[in-house]
Amino acid sequence: MKQIKGVNDFVVKFANVNGTGSASANHLFAKAIFRMGIPVSPRNIFPSNIQGLPTWYEVRVSSKGYLGRRGGVDLMLCVNPQTIEDDLASVEPGGYFVHDSTKPLAPHLKRDDVTFLGIPLTEMCMREFKAARLQQLLKNVVYVGALAALLDINFSILKDLLSDQFKGKEKLISPNVHALEMGYQYVTENFKCPLPIRLQQGVNDAPHIRESEHILMNGNTAAALGAIYGGATVAAWYPITPSTSVVDAFSKYAERMRIDPGTGKKNFAILQAEDELAAMGMVVGASWNGARAFTATSGPGLSLMSEFLGLAYFAEVPVVLIDVQRSGPSTGMPTRSQQSDILAAAYASHGDTKHVLLFPATPRECFDMTVQAFDLAEQLQTPVIMMSDLDLSMNDWMSPPLEWDDDYEMNRGKILDAEGLDSIETWGRYLDIDGDGICYRTLPGTHPSKGAFFTRGSSKNEMAVYSEKGEDYVQNVDRLLRKFETAKSYVPKPKVHDPIPVKKPKTDLKLGALFFGTSASPSYEAVEILAAEGYPIDVMRIRAFPFHESLDAFVHDHEMVFVIEQNRDGQMRQLIMNECHIAPDKLASVLNYSGTPITARTIAAQIRKALDTQGSNVVKLHPETA
Amino acid sequence: MSYAKPNFRHPRLPKNALGYTVSDYDGAISTLCAGCGHDSISAAIRNACFLSSIQPHRIAKLSGIGCSSKTPTYFLGKSHGFNSVHGRMPSVATGASVANRDLTYIGISGDGDTASIGMGQFVHLIRRNVNMTYIVANNGCYGLTKGQDSATADLGSLSKYGAANQFEGIDLASLALLQGASFVGRSFSGDKEQLEPMIRAAIAHKGFAFIDVVSPCVTFANHVGSTKSYSATRTQLDAMPLDFVPMREEIRTQFDAGTSQAVTLHDGSVIHLHKARDDYRTDDRMAALASLQESKENAKFLTGLLYLDPNSQDLNQTLNLASRPLNDLGKVELCPGSRVLNSINEGLR
Ligand SMILES: Cc1ncc(C[n+]2csc(CCOP(=O)(O)OP(=O)(O)O)c2C)c(N)n1
Ligand code: SF4
Ligand SMILES: [Mg+2]
Repeated sequence: MKQIKGVNDFVVKFANVNGTGSASANHLFAKAIFRMGIPVSPRNIFPSNIQGLPTWYEVRVSSKGYLGRRGGVDLMLCVNPQTIEDDLASVEPGGYFVHDSTKPLAPHLKRDDVTFLGIPLTEMCMREFKAARLQQLLKNVVYVGALAALLDINFSILKDLLSDQFKGKEKLISPNVHALEMGYQYVTENFKCPLPIRLQQGVNDAPHIRESEHILMNGNTAAALGAIYGGATVAAWYPITPSTSVVDAFSKYAERMRIDPGTGKKNFAILQAEDELAAMGMVVGASWNGARAFTATSGPGLSLMSEFLGLAYFAEVPVVLIDVQRSGPSTGMPTRSQQSDILAAAYASHGDTKHVLLFPATPRECFDMTVQAFDLAEQLQTPVIMMSDLDLSMNDWMSPPLEWDDDYEMNRGKILDAEGLDSIETWGRYLDIDGDGICYRTLPGTHPSKGAFFTRGSSKNEMAVYSEKGEDYVQNVDRLLRKFETAKSYVPKPKVHDPIPVKKPKTDLKLGALFFGTSASPSYEAVEILAAEGYPIDVMRIRAFPFHESLDAFVHDHEMVFVIEQNRDGQMRQLIMNECHIAPDKLASVLNYSGTPITARTIAAQIRKALDTQGSNVVKLHPETA
Repeated sequence: MSYAKPNFRHPRLPKNALGYTVSDYDGAISTLCAGCGHDSISAAIRNACFLSSIQPHRIAKLSGIGCSSKTPTYFLGKSHGFNSVHGRMPSVATGASVANRDLTYIGISGDGDTASIGMGQFVHLIRRNVNMTYIVANNGCYGLTKGQDSATADLGSLSKYGAANQFEGIDLASLALLQGASFVGRSFSGDKEQLEPMIRAAIAHKGFAFIDVVSPCVTFANHVGSTKSYSATRTQLDAMPLDFVPMREEIRTQFDAGTSQAVTLHDGSVIHLHKARDDYRTDDRMAALASLQESKENAKFLTGLLYLDPNSQDLNQTLNLASRPLNDLGKVELCPGSRVLNSINEGLR
């Protein structure tokens, strides 16, 4: 049998039952690889459930620094009898299957092209540990110890990590270390270690990843820190996976960093609202009153917030909303990742509304863009929605460190204080003095006789006086459109990269690819795969809506442009068609909407197929069949 | 609340302690139907704020949607206001109030706005004890959408079109009492003598002050058979009058001992309940509920200050908010800086 070989380049997947303590052991595994300085990207694939259902943890190791999903599994570690058949079937030919051999595998669980590595995990733990909970928990640590030998993980790093993890609970360190050693010892005695797939410190072909500097963090924590650094004082929310940890982390950091030293009182307020309507109402109220306020939610919450988003758009109240996208309504798939709120967010609410969207692709960008979202919301006096997703928000990503410029000042936009009101000749809340569509705001309580007005939705004139005149309405919404034009020069520009040189191109079509958020990493990888096959593709990563004019130019400069995204309807493609007036046949969709993050192989396969069958503009393939 | 030196001079009109005249508390001309109860509530709010000498610009007015929610245009023209969305003013007020704890918040809602679409937010507002005055202009119908029964319409009350309401009405004062509101009053838009001091007391109260005001809709609910018409309300009215003496002001009125109960608010203001039934106490939630129930059974409409807990803990206290308003904090208080961020990075390696 030909076994898969490779140094620092493979995919390991863990198949567990949730609620059994596997998460921290799996994290230990990934973190150890990270500490070895090898690019790694772990992903949780978990159910909407607290205990007893299947859950997976996929770890990609890539010396080239590809942090997106590749597709396929080289080594499966399966300790979940419920899913064992599918798990075995998903292993690549030549791959490895590590399982609990306490009981023999059912006879039908056979494959000739896979190396089976049985470890009697249950039996070993029953023998070694007394308490039932410990037997269950440490089984996970035993398999990490086994993998340490099989893949050559630096053992002392594992031990260090355990000491970090159990700081303050030192009693737990020794049984954990013992469990690691048990696994390590068993496999060294029973199998040839390390396997042909293995790790090696110092082998890193990714110049953009400086292992000594990189951090491992999830997008939600980064966004929460962005809210702290961006000066948010009010967080209002209603719990919903996968956004919950944004406010959890905000609360944790605020309790540390936002306590008034003199009085011990809080320089922040966290309001757990009764629902998302109220959460958004609280944000609108706080922002109207001049505090920086935000909420975090996911698709269903976004739907509930849309009435208020419309009001905030028309009343021109700054709002920061972090939308952590998941798969659709109800329960179940919602713990899976998608980029499927694009249109719902861009055009959320009634009447003519458009909202500013930001698309972070890394935790670092989650941090930077959250800070920026507060500035943009105040500069533009409008809702700004940061479009994260489950994959980015809840998984740990290797990221360049967060950076802070101590000279940063919050950009509060055009707010008139008492002095400002006294110095201005005629003030009208909706008077466009500067011609950029952005008018001067006043805050309640500012001036004894000037600047007060009744904030309302659409029926008003430039002086904020009630009006139902058609001309006043038209003038107002046209100005809002002008403001949206202004926004184009304020929001983050798209990122372009130098094209990859292709020696003998197989096509003379000018090809381009557009992508955003978590589709970016696997897209870059797919483009490299295709370049090696002779398909040169220029790329642009979208970072905000409204779209920068360079995006129009990019589309016009190419004959065929792939829009790579994670939803069924090609929502970004639709938004581009709509906003840039681009003919549908120019943009081809590359899609994945299975709930698991898109893989480089899927993207490459769909583009390859599209190029083979040029003309059909929407190419859909289920990722796992690609 | 902050107090400033007066800077207005009007020759004839009487001035309050800050030197403002009552016209400084006026709003735009009302566009409601002539005789609408809501206009009397606007006038009562204006007078209450004038009499209590609150700087107009330090008041924020919030409302939902409805004829009642339009009224903030018609009083306190120097105050900022927010005409939010239908039934959701409570959340906007909550956010506003934590963002700046130094302003006085007055919320105006309707029975449709509060008892139907906004019921969820209303009870949560009570639960949080947000420091504000919340007035429902209760006409038993949806005025702005042309007279449909609202959820506070009494069972059997006839609509403008002659149909008897088939459902039990929601009594907002009882609901507020049950939900633990720290200040619950009920009044009638036609009873200025009671309503004005009640609003003054509500504003002085620290915490959530709820006032349910029957406010007849002359266009859709003032006919014979409507239980919230002027005449039906007047006929059934059983009013417990009160007086409000703000902090630092001498008590000018003399009350007969034995018929007056005095309640001191946290800021030192005093509420005098006079000519009330001797046995009525404002510190007994259960008794308040029973009185409302009893009054209803006797075909009476009991109004007055029903319950008050002058020492309740408001949301700002519960959240342990700093005394300086959140909207006033700057970089120094809010931004931990690069050194802290570097140590966070270090912890993530
Ligand atoms: C979401 C939404 N649904 C419906 C309406 C229509 N609407 C406007 S006012 C109103 C009822 C108002 O009744 P109430 O609060 O009692 O105020 P009133 O006019 O009686 O003072 C309704 C249903 C709306 N504005 N928004
Ligand atoms: S319709 Fe009724 S509630 Fe509305 S303004 Fe007229 S009288 Fe008042
Ligand atoms: Mg009404």
